Amino acid sequence: MTAVSVRHGVVAYGGRSVLRDVSMQVESGQVVAILGANGSGKSTLVRTILGLVPLAGGEIDLFGTPQRRFRHWARIGYVPQRLGAGSGVPATVGEVVASGRLARRGIFRFPGAEDRAAVRAALEDVGLLDRVNDPVTTLSGGQQQRTLIARALAGRPDLLVLDEPTAGVDAASQEAFAGVLTRFAQRGGTILLVAHELGPLEPLIGKAVVVHDGRIAYEGKVPEPAGHHAGPGHDHLHPHAEPERPVICVAPTDRMPASQQ
Amino acid sequence: MSLFQYDFMLRALAGALIIGLAAPALGIYLVQRRLSLIGDGIGHVALTGVGVGLLVQQSPVLTAVIVSVVGAIGVELVRERGRTSGDLALALLFYGGIAGGVVLVGLSDSTSGNLVQYLFGSLITTTRGDLIVILVLGVAVLVAMLALRPALFAVCNDEEYAKVSGLPVRTLNLLLAVMTAVTVTIAMRTVGLLLVSALMVVPVAAAQQVTRGFRTTMAAAMLIGVVAAAAGVTVSGEVDTPPGATIVILAIAAFLAISVGSALWRTLRRHIPAAQHAEPPDVVIEAGAR
Repeated sequence: MTAVSVRHGVVAYGGRSVLRDVSMQVESGQVVAILGANGSGKSTLVRTILGLVPLAGGEIDLFGTPQRRFRHWARIGYVPQRLGAGSGVPATVGEVVASGRLARRGIFRFPGAEDRAAVRAALEDVGLLDRVNDPVTTLSGGQQQRTLIARALAGRPDLLVLDEPTAGVDAASQEAFAGVLTRFAQRGGTILLVAHELGPLEPLIGKAVVVHDGRIAYEGKVPEPAGHHAGPGHDHLHPHAEPERPVICVAPTDRMPASQQ
Repeated sequence: MSLFQYDFMLRALAGALIIGLAAPALGIYLVQRRLSLIGDGIGHVALTGVGVGLLVQQSPVLTAVIVSVVGAIGVELVRERGRTSGDLALALLFYGGIAGGVVLVGLSDSTSGNLVQYLFGSLITTTRGDLIVILVLGVAVLVAMLALRPALFAVCNDEEYAKVSGLPVRTLNLLLAVMTAVTVTIAMRTVGLLLVSALMVVPVAAAQQVTRGFRTTMAAAMLIGVVAAAAGVTVSGEVDTPPGATIVILAIAAFLAISVGSALWRTLRRHIPAAQHAEPPDVVIEAGAR
């Protein structure tokens, strides 16, 4: 079954096109990474899939249903880049994660034993169960990100959509992420993630989609890191004398023309 | 308590108590959204409603509810569209509201004393009919804010996430706007349109000095609100001060006391030998992690 299908998607902000004729698919059980430079349109692509950005042309299906008519949002767990800034009032880790149950429970029912169990299980999965009663603002950046993953997992989704989950996150939290996502994928879950660099997530990725200048520039296996971006601890000895081959630049991709900045 | 032998004092107390509970229960969502002053703005708009009511000789509370609900929905639609022009649009709406109110009240036959009554509250003149309106609407606000807490928390905490969760974000936002307008209008009799926002925001600000979670902040804010309201009515009856302003001053006193108290407590704790208070480390480095 196809979890996400984008056909000829077009997105424009105020007359300026950000995505032009983008088509891609995510099959159930697949782990797909969307890669690209800052401003390439990769975040816009997932935000469009989630319905946060309106489509100017083309079609999007979610689990076989046109996005416009899709109602089973509990099947999708969204992990945004960072904790919303709009919180003037303290909230505990447990309270934030509990909002992940709303899609399943509906807004008129009070949380029951099943909801509490799901919140605990999600927090255990990301290794933050001991911080359940702490205000989220007292957590480190990586721990806040793990809180957001737990919030998405608490809804027991079939598809996890993550927008740059590892951006600016310490190494320990990155390893924790990789563990959480690996276990989710092993349970048969589908993952669509936007990344600037894959880091410890790389072995998990089944398919990579590279977005460049609002178009899909590459789709297939995770491309070999190009230039001086090969894995950690590599020796960069050759002086780039050889002619430039059209390789895909994975991480960091800042050298791509950032025309959409 | 000889004061409460009088019916009007009992009515004043009942009205103040319900506002003391309902205003912070709603205000916490506004504070969470960083819209602390929105109540103030809607209060300005409600004044036009009062003016309409006085002019056409209908119940000013009723017309204020209608006009401020329309205003609140307008503000919410502007907020939804974007921010830059929204700021100016809100300013126009607020000042238009207060100017319209003053002009309409001037056109009506009522004296200027009447205007002051709505601007700064006049609990003592609360009639039985007013009290029934305050009770019914106040309980409606309270029930909505408590029953929809998880959903409203989700929307105010992270609107995009709430959208992706399939929550009716727009409906919830409009509900919050309408409830804000309703609270402003029923609190108009107690604390007045110019002080209404204080009862929504100050108890929340006071509570969050010492609380760690949203639910406890809400409970503590409602407690502070209701205690300030009860104490305010009592004090104002004893020493003959305007009740609205007295309630607000007591709430601000609570804020100051809690702030100073919690700062002192933290300082004291720091000076006690820290051994038994050793906090768990932020990051536990497990074997094998780099």
